[in-house]
Amino acid sequence: MTKIVVVTSGKGGVGKTTTSAALATGLAQRGHKTTVIDFDVGLRNLDLIMGCERRVVYDLVNVINGDANLKQGLIKDKRVEDLFILPASQTRDKDALTLEGVEKVLEGLKDMGMEYIICDSPAGIEKGALTAAYFADEAVVVTNPEVSSVRDSDRILGILSSKTRKAERGEGDIPASLLLTRYSPERVERGEMLSVEDVKDILAIDLLGVIPESQAVLNASNSGAPVILDSESDAGKAYEDAVARFLGEQRPHRFLTANKKGLFGRLFGAQ
Amino acid sequence: MTVAFEEKAVLEFKGRMLMMTVLLLKDLDPNTLHRQVSQRLEDAAQWLRDAPVVVDLAQPEGADQVALMAAVDTLRGLGVNLVALARNEHLDSDTAAMLGLGSISLAGGRDVPRSAEPAPQAEQPADAGHTLVIDQPVRSGQQIYSRGDLIVLAPVSTGAELLAEGHIHVYNTLRGRALAGVRGDQSARIFCQKLDAELVSIAGIYRVAEDLPEQHRKQAVHITLDGDAMRFADLK
Repeated sequence: MTKIVVVTSGKGGVGKTTTSAALATGLAQRGHKTTVIDFDVGLRNLDLIMGCERRVVYDLVNVINGDANLKQGLIKDKRVEDLFILPASQTRDKDALTLEGVEKVLEGLKDMGMEYIICDSPAGIEKGALTAAYFADEAVVVTNPEVSSVRDSDRILGILSSKTRKAERGEGDIPASLLLTRYSPERVERGEMLSVEDVKDILAIDLLGVIPESQAVLNASNSGAPVILDSESDAGKAYEDAVARFLGEQRPHRFLTANKKGLFGRLFGAQ
Repeated sequence: MTVAFEEKAVLEFKGRMLMMTVLLLKDLDPNTLHRQVSQRLEDAAQWLRDAPVVVDLAQPEGADQVALMAAVDTLRGLGVNLVALARNEHLDSDTAAMLGLGSISLAGGRDVPRSAEPAPQAEQPADAGHTLVIDQPVRSGQQIYSRGDLIVLAPVSTGAELLAEGHIHVYNTLRGRALAGVRGDQSARIFCQKLDAELVSIAGIYRVAEDLPEQHRKQAVHITLDGDAMRFADLK
């Protein structure tokens, strides 16, 4: 049984691609055969985050158009078994994505025995985002703790409840959970950021995880290794927790409170 | 390569409820009008200055066309965005056209004589069958319209809009807009568990977030219309 998961947010720059890469990698690390697809046609980024940009030959649009078959389009990850990447096209625009074409690709991946297909949605609420979400069985909504991001996530949740195939067939809303990224407990304490509780209250969905604002995320992007592979980092651990929760494990939320620096901490600048 | 020549539809009809400001003129003297309107506009927020305005006359039967033209010119000169003239038996669409305005019927709102207002109890049974119950969150960008009452059991987000011809009940936080009595029922009411709305309106009379009474903010409230004034009360 294949589960299609869309990672979406409405707003850009909140961490959709970072999350898609981490979620897909985490699932594959646990032995689930997973493909992560970049739907951001024209603004390809996932290949960089996954560190496979120098191995891209064909892309999603090539596969949809039949210029290449699915096996040719998929890039196998070198670090983690059972992890595949289908990059976006950089030279085309989102009109190249047709629902029929995407469905064909997803069916092909199912036939290959994928357990999870992670769809990295583009920002916005237009065709690209709708196409990425259409076939989803489940959604992960990535939100930053600030008002505009929360409002955009709310908008996308509304769209998910009416514009997916399941919704159109009258099978009801797809389950959606919240992943709060770039969370800084210090700034929440200073009143500069919304708290986890504020965001949960506004969006009224389950909390999948809280990823702290972390230098590790930037380092990971620059080095082309999903941050979840940096298992010593706070962000890496938080994503590991989120993957576990996604698979049904109960884990307490971490990194929600500010680090109180003691005298030694202040003297030596230790974290 | 074959190209399909299927003509794309370039238009789409959409039914929409629009918010317009009605400017009721009690006197058409251009000097008084100029002084008072410019004073009001100075105090008004930007959105009000840009809002489309329908001109309504308090005494349409006595209005002469020259005075009306002068008044409309004065308003236009002040930058008021006039779009239409309220239609009634004395002011027809020809008069409006002469002034370069559209003609709109405000029937159901102020035009219904106050004395003839039906007893609220008498209206309840007719609406009862149309009550719409929503138990999912109403998200930003979503709009819900009920022909009768509207009951929402989940949060209503900023950017969401509830419209009901009857009452609106929100048994959760109301952060979006709630417009009750949209067809002019002044006995319509709004009830909510936690008021944090962008706008509340009953029968076209409205208040924006900025003007909501401080002591009722984020509280359980009950909103009614008393003439042209909105009344807020604790919901106990």
